[in-house]
Amino acid sequence: MQREGWRRHQISIGIGVFAIVIFLLGWLEMAQPMGFEFSDVTGGIVSFDTLVRVGLLTIVVVGLNMLMGHAGQISLGQAGFYAIGAYVSAIMTTRAANRGINVLFPGVIREEWWWWPWLMILAGMVITGGIAYLIGRPVLRLKGHYLAMGTLGVGLIIFVLFREGGTFTGASDGVGSVPRLCIGSFEMWPRERYYFLVWAVALAVMWLSLNIVNSRVGRGLRAIEGSELAAQTMGVDIEKFKLQVFVLSTVYASIAGSLYAHYQTLVNPTPFGFVGSLDLVIMAALGGLASIWGAPFGVGIVYVIKEVLRARLQTLLRGAGGEHEIVIFGLLLVLIMIFMPQGLSYAAGKAFGWLRNLSRREGKTEIDRLTEKAT
Amino acid sequence: MQSILRTKSARIGATVAAMVLLVAIVLYLGDAKGFGAVQYVQLVLDGIRGGSIYALIALGFVVVFNVTGIINFAQGGFVMSGAMLAVAFNNLALPLPPALKLALAVVFGVVGTTIVGALMERLTIFPARHSHTLTLIIITVGVYIFMQGMALLIWGANAYSLPAFSSLALEDQILRSGGIMLKAQSLWIWATLAVVLVALYFFFERTLLGKALRACAINRRAAELMGINPSRMSLLSFAMAAALGAIGGVVLSPATRPIYDMGLKLGLKGFIAAIMGGMVSSPGAVVGGILLGVLENVAAGVTRAGFKDIFAFVILILILLFRPQGIIGGGERGVEQ
Amino acid sequence: MILADIGGDVAENTILEVEDLKKAFGGLLALDDLSFDVKGGEIFSIIGPNGAGKTTIFNLISGVLPTTSGEIRFQGKAINGLKPHVIAGLGLSRTFQNLQVFNNMSVLENVMVGRHLQSAYGLISASLRLPAGQREEREIAERAMEHLAFVGLDSVAATSASSLPFGKQRTLEIARAMATEPKLLMLDEPGAGLNRPEKEALDDLVRRIRDRGVTVVLVEHDMVFVMGIAERIIVLDYGEKIAEGTPDEVQRDPKVIAAYLGDEELHLI
Repeated sequence: MQREGWRRHQISIGIGVFAIVIFLLGWLEMAQPMGFEFSDVTGGIVSFDTLVRVGLLTIVVVGLNMLMGHAGQISLGQAGFYAIGAYVSAIMTTRAANRGINVLFPGVIREEWWWWPWLMILAGMVITGGIAYLIGRPVLRLKGHYLAMGTLGVGLIIFVLFREGGTFTGASDGVGSVPRLCIGSFEMWPRERYYFLVWAVALAVMWLSLNIVNSRVGRGLRAIEGSELAAQTMGVDIEKFKLQVFVLSTVYASIAGSLYAHYQTLVNPTPFGFVGSLDLVIMAALGGLASIWGAPFGVGIVYVIKEVLRARLQTLLRGAGGEHEIVIFGLLLVLIMIFMPQGLSYAAGKAFGWLRNLSRREGKTEIDRLTEKAT
Repeated sequence: MQSILRTKSARIGATVAAMVLLVAIVLYLGDAKGFGAVQYVQLVLDGIRGGSIYALIALGFVVVFNVTGIINFAQGGFVMSGAMLAVAFNNLALPLPPALKLALAVVFGVVGTTIVGALMERLTIFPARHSHTLTLIIITVGVYIFMQGMALLIWGANAYSLPAFSSLALEDQILRSGGIMLKAQSLWIWATLAVVLVALYFFFERTLLGKALRACAINRRAAELMGINPSRMSLLSFAMAAALGAIGGVVLSPATRPIYDMGLKLGLKGFIAAIMGGMVSSPGAVVGGILLGVLENVAAGVTRAGFKDIFAFVILILILLFRPQGIIGGGERGVEQ
Repeated sequence: MILADIGGDVAENTILEVEDLKKAFGGLLALDDLSFDVKGGEIFSIIGPNGAGKTTIFNLISGVLPTTSGEIRFQGKAINGLKPHVIAGLGLSRTFQNLQVFNNMSVLENVMVGRHLQSAYGLISASLRLPAGQREEREIAERAMEHLAFVGLDSVAATSASSLPFGKQRTLEIARAMATEPKLLMLDEPGAGLNRPEKEALDDLVRRIRDRGVTVVLVEHDMVFVMGIAERIIVLDYGEKIAEGTPDEVQRDPKVIAAYLGDEELHLI
């Protein structure tokens, strides 16, 4: 939709504002004026490390938003593609002698090749996209529950394959000694620097996705959701669109996975199973399935809840697997899907709109209201 | 690919060829491990045992889907709930002879879970009954997560145990014959499956309530007009599914130790079995379950145990791609909703 | 009057040929060896009692359902077996008997979807907001507005499609289909549920569409409406063609009368 004046750049402006906030937070942590540390503000509940992780998963969730909220497809296996990115980066860059690429080609990769890990991120994207393309063609023809199961199966197969991969993938122990990312001699470390890198990518991904959603492509997706029958007879190639969005969402997940590998410096299968995929769906749902703006908030809220529960429940319970917060998540998920399926961002949008209305004579024009729904 | 297999005979030919190829691969791999007939029979028998459980779980999926059109992702939670509740009861210090206590524990597990299933339907499905498919899926997923979390909170992460049903009467739990071992519990499992199937048959064919349930499945609108209350039928179907899942869980417990996250994989495999049966057919679900159990066990036996789960999902994907109406057929509703 | 450019090497002016079309749903034979031609630039109508198979024909031609046997040729090219979006790309568009308006969009956006085939920018151009894509987007909106103006809905362009009254939603579907710039437009019971003045407006619209050079094929139930606008008609009953000709010829055909009323004379108008 074309809007006039500054509204034409609404998306870029919004991203810009977001970027400023992110930058400020990062700067505060780096400069630490008056000895200020981020974790102090939140009473030790949320640390700077959490902010980085929120950024990583935002990248994945934005892709999920496009897939689930705009193309109407379900993915209960997205963590599998996150895993592929992480493992490709880890395997191909690890310095551990008995793991990954060094098992097959010891000593081939030189440490001074600072560009190699970046190239491997790209390689991960291509590999993930390729796998998604191959799997996607048949699986996306399924509908509803069957698609859910299909993607679940795919995610689990990927998970088990990595877990059973011997020394190449490190099996249950995983692949360690993953190097940090550098540009020349400029290392993407300490944590604050990596934070900027991750969020730069996250914001870029958000910007790209918002543009897509508001374009002819996004309209095609909404048409598919509105009526597949009509969309087809108006010339929309449904299979191609669904596949494109699916592949794109997996590529996002792959980038995030690679960045995760270089952050954690250790990659093991645990976070990539069914629970991982479920976490992602919950984050997407919380922020609003169709809302790309809501993605970082959905991720953020889930993290906050996890940390809070972990801090409080630890004192109450005698040591178990640490997954207790899932009780709350289950409850939360059910309640949200019953009462507020469009998620929190929709509610926030309504509240925001109500506030805006107070200051205008006649409220928004129809076009405003409609285009807000679209984003 | 679908265009090449357009004629029915071509399809049958391809299927037969694929099956022959698979058997050949299995035998080849088994040979490398030095398998003889005994090992294969053992794998198949163990597979049938696991498959019977999948069959029970699959029946639960079929009942709910037939009546409400919903795929209940929480079905695995019912299995876990049946098992854990039975264990909890059995671990109580009660002045009862152990055999009686075990029997009561079984009843407690099943009845308790049935109540859970009914509660689930009223509290989470009923309020959202007009929602989008995707929403309902996520709701049932949420319920499953909640159940698993509650189990973790209440019982922790330990694996528990339930005594084998025959152990209280007999000394030797394992029947042996020519190198093949069969746990007595397996007989209990098969017997339970048989009893359940007969009971379901009578219920659906001979009782008014059962027929009402079937009517709802065939045509909800028409059933409504005949005075059948679809919301009550929905409740009934969930309660039945819960009971079926719980029975599976309880009868499985002595063989595999119940633990808070046992529902996940079992639920998934039960679902795969239901799909193999075409999602709308009870006998199909049973055949699917047993077939799945055998296939995955044999495949894991000739390769690596850790791969067992992969085979189930590979089977799932193959079925979804090539025969979504199930092996038996009759599930045309399957893919094109 | 500008006639659409009609290619093809078949009999001059024939834009659509249906030959021995058969469609079976399991044991039910919905269409049985149906054959007919549509000439370029005419208003052609298919009528028949309920269940005669009329909508099925549209579903087969537009590629939504596969044929059991027989051939469908559009501008000389066989189209049965092609995917719906490909057929749409060849210049065949349609509306639906049970409305398939995009309820999740505005009126304008609905028609903009119709411009999908007349535009091309994709993921890369969209995500990076490349100027070429932005220009195309503006054009899409402008053309869509033109089509809305053509049917008289431009004043409600920004409203949600689902908030339009039923009659206007039908008109919206027509605008959307026209936005694809089809050579042949299939209207599936466009008059169903419309009142008298709305039907008159529809009559006028169909004529204006024809005047633009678009061939119109009309499936309809309302005899008065059809007899007033169609130039040639075929009558179906139980999946078979029982009559073909001008409105006058068809009205007097005893087989048609028998099919509709059972041996009474048909009084129309």
